[in-house]
Amino acid sequence: MAAKSYSNPIVKWIEYRLPIFSFLDHELNEYPTPRNLNYWWNFGSLAGIILVIMIATGIVLAMSYTPHVDYAFESVERIMRDVNYGWLLRYIHTNGGSAFFIVVYIHLFRGMYYGSYKAPRELLWIIGVVILLAMMATAFMGYVLPWGQMSFWAATVITNLFSAVPLVGESIVTWLWGGFSVDNPTLNRFYSLHYLLPFVIFALVFVHLWALHVHKSNNPTGVDIKGPQDTIPFHPYYTIKDTFGLGAFMIVFMFFVFFAPNFFGEPDNYIKANPLVTPAHIVPEWYFLPYYAILRAITFDIWFIPAKLIGVAAMFGSILILLFLPWLDRSKVRSATFRPVYKQVFWVFVVDCIILGWVGANTPDAEFHGIKMLWIGQAATFYYFFHIVILIPLISVFETPRALPDSISQAVTPGGKS
Amino acid sequence: MSDSATGGGTTADMPVTDEKSRRDFLLISTASVGVVGTALACWPLIHAMNPAADTLALASTEVDLAPVQTGQSITVVWRGKPVFIRRRTADEIKTAEAVPMDKLIDPEADSKRVKKPEWLIMVGVCTHLGCIPLGQRPNDPHGEFGGWFCPCHGSHYDTSGRIRKGPAPKNLEVPPYQFVSDTFIRIG
Amino acid sequence: MNAMRKRLGLALAVALALGLAAGATMAAEGGKPPAQTWSFDGLFGTYDRAAAQRGFLVYNTVCAACHSLSLVAYRNLDGIGFKDDAIKAIAAAKEVPDGPNDQGEMFNRPGQPADRFARPFANDNAARAANNGALPPDLSLITKARKGGADYIHALMVGYKEPPTGMQMMEGMQYNAYFPGNQIAMLPPLSEGQVEYADGTKATIPQMAHDVSTFLTWAAEPEMEERKRMGVKVLLFLIVLTAMLYALKRQIWTDVH
Repeated sequence: MAAKSYSNPIVKWIEYRLPIFSFLDHELNEYPTPRNLNYWWNFGSLAGIILVIMIATGIVLAMSYTPHVDYAFESVERIMRDVNYGWLLRYIHTNGGSAFFIVVYIHLFRGMYYGSYKAPRELLWIIGVVILLAMMATAFMGYVLPWGQMSFWAATVITNLFSAVPLVGESIVTWLWGGFSVDNPTLNRFYSLHYLLPFVIFALVFVHLWALHVHKSNNPTGVDIKGPQDTIPFHPYYTIKDTFGLGAFMIVFMFFVFFAPNFFGEPDNYIKANPLVTPAHIVPEWYFLPYYAILRAITFDIWFIPAKLIGVAAMFGSILILLFLPWLDRSKVRSATFRPVYKQVFWVFVVDCIILGWVGANTPDAEFHGIKMLWIGQAATFYYFFHIVILIPLISVFETPRALPDSISQAVTPGGKS
Repeated sequence: MSDSATGGGTTADMPVTDEKSRRDFLLISTASVGVVGTALACWPLIHAMNPAADTLALASTEVDLAPVQTGQSITVVWRGKPVFIRRRTADEIKTAEAVPMDKLIDPEADSKRVKKPEWLIMVGVCTHLGCIPLGQRPNDPHGEFGGWFCPCHGSHYDTSGRIRKGPAPKNLEVPPYQFVSDTFIRIG
Repeated sequence: MNAMRKRLGLALAVALALGLAAGATMAAEGGKPPAQTWSFDGLFGTYDRAAAQRGFLVYNTVCAACHSLSLVAYRNLDGIGFKDDAIKAIAAAKEVPDGPNDQGEMFNRPGQPADRFARPFANDNAARAANNGALPPDLSLITKARKGGADYIHALMVGYKEPPTGMQMMEGMQYNAYFPGNQIAMLPPLSEGQVEYADGTKATIPQMAHDVSTFLTWAAEPEMEERKRMGVKVLLFLIVLTAMLYALKRQIWTDVH
């Protein structure tokens, strides 16, 4: 532990009572990070910054929003038209939600490719999945707040799913609604929880970073850090790299905010919610489409278990199964760089997830060149679970990995050891 | 290469002055641009808390004075507050103008408080702690000076709306207004 | 290399999926509205003031009889170039509800600039009662609330035709080539020469459709011009800043690479 002493008297005074400066020095400044991280490692800090942007814009938006069924829709339009820069804050917040999921999904896939979920980082991975679940709950409830047609009907469809739970299902749904259908009590509690959860996510991110700092970051070779020759201090190397990555991301993000702000949205949500009129196509936001496809793929009962319940279980299961990844994958080698079979199959998995998303966007009876969307969805759902539960374990046992480099520094130094 | 066992990159091999000043320049200029950008980005968050366009649209209230008779008082709402408009009688005007400045708690000539002596326009909020004084209706108590009386803590206002007795420190506030025509005013 | 090819394949799969997503859903929609050229298209688009003002006239004369515009206030009309006096006159020409008065009754009074556009019907039920059960939607957000936006609104206005042979129309419905399901309750709203444009432009149906679509796009997105202006500045700033950050990054990392 560095026994760093500070010259500034104010800094010394604070440091003696609350060692915040040496803490930051240790965790942010000198913190040893593998020297070979590529740009796929930018997405963690990027997600953190988006979280801050979402909270900042959300708090100011909350100052002008009215969580009552008779005023919610109009209050959002008031924000768009009358509140100074209201349109900007609103578009940053909605597109920020999409950005958050794009970044987190890439971050997740990075973890899957490079084996970042493997020992000793299993708990880090698990906390990450919990953060993803909290994000999904937050986004789902946030989408209800503008009280458009999609807000209302997505809330109705998803809360109705809980009726699939045997015995207590209906009571759970009534409890969630605070009434007999999605209505004002539902809107108000979603507002309360939507405001709360981001701070829960913030705390989870803190724990996530704490877990990370115990064993430090993984790296593209998957080989452990052997010594200081393998690492560089986080500052200035990764502070500048992360800031550059932030700049590049902001260009894309701001392009959507200013020039295509409704690209990720649904026109139907600009129609005020009407409990008596169901939209022609109920579609969730794009980041939920794969799970929507999985939910709708199960159309058959199994024994005494109704299809609806299996569908709900499969939908939640598709995320919960990720928690077991560290134990399903038995390979001693972390990084797909050195796992030729796993690497190919990984990309098949990614394509499968995209196909699931595409299926989720369509109605089940739509057809693609004569093939029913439902069948494609069922095949893609089957493959999703087959990949995680069967393929990954089998590949991890039978695959012959390539030879690993001795160390990180050996891998990055051309022609020999350091 | 350049690494030593102490780990981390070193800059040992660079020609010192040139590289260092070039890096410093790039660092300082980039940091400055970044700071400016961050400040500009924070502004919308702050400005969004300033009054919105619909609030500002109600910042002015227009009042048609034609229906108001001499000796009649009306109350209008301006920026969420009551505004007393009284068409004063000749007696009230004379009484108001005759009060010597040394008798006033908050000395102010009547002529300074009105644009047309016949029309007294003031914000109907007591300058003590914010209650609404009585005196707009004929049957209301008018206090000892013929104007308005605040029931909360007993402030008396005269026919010019000036504080004469009681805990209020200042005369009733005269809002900014102008006569759009002889019988039409815009407040605010 | 293999990873690169796989990534390329991935990108192609994404493009394919996105491209096909549009195609696979077309079941009960109307025809795809043909793309029009709008003054507000593109990074530097603006609202053609003349077209928007003509469009307002069309809305006020033709559409306002049944369709409310309740999220727009009269004072907002300065956004398409109307001056204060004109706005006051436009507002005063309509009556808005107010009250209760001292007797406890609700009453109507002439509109003021701060008021939102007067509604033709007091509430949805009254609107339905006057329109055979159909509800003329509020138009404040219509170009954002329909797939195809201004192109769709324009197409809808000019899309009334004779139904194809053999098609059974439901009672009271009109055939429209672009309305989803092709059967719309609204009678063709526009007719040749229906309004007289102050600037002398000939009021043909396509012209009125174009103008009212421009107006309605403004009504839905009054911030668009400011948004695009700001967007250009923000993006230029970010590109410069990111370039500087990249240069700085390369510099700091020279000794590691």
